[in-house]
Amino acid sequence: MSNKVYKVLLADDDPDYLYQMAFHLRKCGYEVVAVESQAEAEQVISKMKPDLAVFDLMMESDDSGFILCYKLKRRYPEVPVILATAVARETGITFGLNSGQDRDWIRADLYLEKGIRPEQLDLEIKKLLKI
Amino acid sequence: MAQLKVLVVDDEPGIRSGVARILRSFHVTYPFMDENYTYEVLEAATGEEGIEIIDREKPDILLLDNKLPGIQGVEVLEYVKKKNYDIVVAMITSYASLDVALKAHDDGAIDFIPKPFTPQELKASIEQITKQQYLRRITHKLKVEGKKVRFQFLSVLSHELKAPLNAVEGYLQMMQERQMGDSISEYSSAIDRSLQRIEGMRNLIMDLLDFTKVSFERQVEKLQDVDMKELASLAVVTVSPYAIHKDIHFIKNIKACEKIWADPNDFEIILNNLVSNAVKYNRTGGTVTITVDCKDDEFIISVEDTGIGMNPDERAMLFEEFSRIKNDKTRNIGGSGLGLSIVKKVVELYHGVINVESIPDKGSVFTVIIPRIQVTNIKTEL
Repeated sequence: MSNKVYKVLLADDDPDYLYQMAFHLRKCGYEVVAVESQAEAEQVISKMKPDLAVFDLMMESDDSGFILCYKLKRRYPEVPVILATAVARETGITFGLNSGQDRDWIRADLYLEKGIRPEQLDLEIKKLLKI
Repeated sequence: MAQLKVLVVDDEPGIRSGVARILRSFHVTYPFMDENYTYEVLEAATGEEGIEIIDREKPDILLLDNKLPGIQGVEVLEYVKKKNYDIVVAMITSYASLDVALKAHDDGAIDFIPKPFTPQELKASIEQITKQQYLRRITHKLKVEGKKVRFQFLSVLSHELKAPLNAVEGYLQMMQERQMGDSISEYSSAIDRSLQRIEGMRNLIMDLLDFTKVSFERQVEKLQDVDMKELASLAVVTVSPYAIHKDIHFIKNIKACEKIWADPNDFEIILNNLVSNAVKYNRTGGTVTITVDCKDDEFIISVEDTGIGMNPDERAMLFEEFSRIKNDKTRNIGGSGLGLSIVKKVVELYHGVINVESIPDKGSVFTVIIPRIQVTNIKTEL
């Protein structure tokens, strides 16, 4: 394994969830840029290229996460994106990335329900970064 | 057997006849549906012609090319949206550009069928669209019956209740696993945040109780003569610990009005919410002006602050349930996002209106106007 420090962009409007995720990911050795809104995430994307991004679905608007996926992929098609949300179980809106059709729509590499254990998230990130 | 009308708007004749051919013998079944769906295909070569057919035939499904000789596909889509037609739209195009895709998505296009497509691809999309159309009509029906609204409310509510639980749970796990070291002092911010989230949750539950009271417990017996002056003073007392902390100064400008025939709880809700918001979103050392006035035909309550204000976009979503304005200035202000939607509901029970004027960084004025003639005729249900 190389000694490269990977940069992870983390966007979530719940400050505590954001803090906890950032804390865990830093512990796992990532450099974390944590922001609380779609607007801030867009600013970060315009200035730097992360190695991976984790976006919450609903921030300023209900589809902030989708928009961020599009924008990130437009600028950096090769950067993996994880879309995280807690909404599916409650609203019954389910979408996965298993069908081709959903993949066309959702420009994310992985879709995660919130509440995932930090170790598990670390594992998923490593898989996406191929490390 | 039900038939859905599919309109194909594409300047390539081959695409139009291809769609017609593929769908002629195609039908869709769905476990929940009472019957099979078959398709009648209508064709238009231009957007203009498409609009004509849309107005005349009211198709169920629209397959829309974006690149057309006259007006573009997205403009047809805008037209459909503007007219509020019950049509499911799919764009037959590749992702020509992200902007078009996003715009089309915003205007309600639910699918993209990449061109060229195979019969299988078209059939898969049409099947998907048919199901969506079916579900959309069912949800529309439910919405009319008010069920959908309740469902949405509950789903957002459960999200809002779970978020603080998750946050507190996360911090407790960090403590349990000693992730920040063995000293309790390392965890002080985690503890503070947990307590804040619990406080927020408590406020949400309180608001929720108000909300259910307003929504479900209308009782004519509770109506009585209500003294607005008294309630205004009460609201100031309730919020005063916080106001003192923020050094907020109150100006009460209350005319000696006749009493209003109402449920005192309702006006307590109105005043408490408006006054506490005026303190919460104020600057330190700011002022809150409470005015109660009565004209021949209406009561007017207005609460003015010298706080952070709002821009028009933020104002537009203000009274929606669970909508909280999120920006740098509101980041550290807690709230359930229910308060003003409750106020609006209560005001409407009395056939009144609530208005807001606001200038960013100067402040906001909330004005409630309750017609006097209507006060005898209070709605008992929402």
